[in-house]
Amino acid sequence: MAPTPTSRRAIVLDPSDNVATALAPLAAGERIATAAATVALAHDIPPGHKFAVRAIPPGQPVVKYAQPIGRATQPIAPGHHVHVHNCASQRAGSGGEHP
Amino acid sequence: MHFQGFPRADGAAGTRHLVVVLPTVACSSHVATRIASAVPGAIAIAHQHGCAQIGDDAATTFRTLAGIGASPNVAAVLVVGLGCEQVQADALADAVGASGTPVAVVGIQHEGGTSSAVARGAALLRELAATVGPATRQPCPLDQLILATECGGSDAFSGLTANPLVGRIADRAVDAGATVIVSETTEFIGAEHLLPPRGVTPEIGEQARQMVLDCERSCCRYGADLTGSNPSPGNIEGGLTTIEEKSLGCLAKAGSSPIAEVLPYAQRPARRGLVLMDTPGNDVESIAGMAAGGASLILFTTGRGTPLGCPVAPVVKIATNTPLAERMAENIDFNAGAIADGSTTLDKAADALWRLTLAVASGRLTAAERLGHREFGIRRTAPTL
Repeated sequence: MAPTPTSRRAIVLDPSDNVATALAPLAAGERIATAAATVALAHDIPPGHKFAVRAIPPGQPVVKYAQPIGRATQPIAPGHHVHVHNCASQRAGSGGEHP
Repeated sequence: MHFQGFPRADGAAGTRHLVVVLPTVACSSHVATRIASAVPGAIAIAHQHGCAQIGDDAATTFRTLAGIGASPNVAAVLVVGLGCEQVQADALADAVGASGTPVAVVGIQHEGGTSSAVARGAALLRELAATVGPATRQPCPLDQLILATECGGSDAFSGLTANPLVGRIADRAVDAGATVIVSETTEFIGAEHLLPPRGVTPEIGEQARQMVLDCERSCCRYGADLTGSNPSPGNIEGGLTTIEEKSLGCLAKAGSSPIAEVLPYAQRPARRGLVLMDTPGNDVESIAGMAAGGASLILFTTGRGTPLGCPVAPVVKIATNTPLAERMAENIDFNAGAIADGSTTLDKAADALWRLTLAVASGRLTAAERLGHREFGIRRTAPTL
């Protein structure tokens, strides 16, 4: 796994990721350059939170660390905040069911 | 590629050359500590186990103590027994001796009490120290090195800076033929479905998944709900969206190598490469288990700051963020927070941490060693009788 170069604003952990993670408070309207794309933020992104660097249609995996971390529950456009409101875990149940 | 280390009889190479006093049981721990003070630099590993243990615990205690005694970093061992305990001194000495490590035994009941045991033990310890002599390092190939990775006091940046950075070191180490142990089974609960593709074979991947499910089942028996509120509200506020993301942030420190083996607590790996050991998330017990598995250097990431060390292995403490590296500067060996600040890149930080890792393996002291941190604790699952 060869992570892409970082800026001081956001980090993409793997070239195949479709999200970047903010390292500092980012404001809606800022243009953030990542190796994947230069993206204009649609929302404020707090540090530690994610934004899409590619469009993610509903039902498609949100990819970080080159792995699916969940699925989009709504259409996600580049620059959109990605979090609990539009990304759902694929792990069934809460402490009960196992695939 | 080499480091300056200590080749041992069993084929591993140590980063330290320690004379260790190992009590079999809580009852012989104070005497062990008194004996260790007779030889400059000798280390006693006091603990609270070794008797009245049921279930797997007696075997786990024995295996852990034997593994510590047989560690590549340990040059000689004096076992200190009481006499009536569950973990018998002669059996422990035999297990340590089987690795080729010089070992001697003293028993408190046999000697007739504290002072006699201390006097006899000190004499034996001086002889052992004289037998193994001073530390003389030699070039050792990296395929004789066993590294361990750990995260403790994690924060939102652990999965962004320090853990991916340690993952780069893990990859370099595995590529050079070394063994890297990753552990903390509880951190994978909720993300165990991601493990099967990570095994060198589907069977090993499935073994890893089952190890995590077994852990969850046994925690649930005590009423601990580990996925219902995971990520926690604090995690979510900090940006972690799903349990997969949280677990992958933790697993990032293992790098990208396939998992070659799945090990019980405190077991020495039989394979080279990346191996997964079943340990609690509790840092002290996790480190003790990996050290007992032969880890001779531990890479430990922290976001909130923890001073932990290990009696038989140097712990390299890596800060996830610059404010921590500044606030607890005396406890931190490397600041991965510089990646977040933009003052370095992951590639450059990996080069620097690799150089530091080889330097520590070759003798450079870590912050935890300079400050004398030697925390130790053995995993247990059942009550004491």
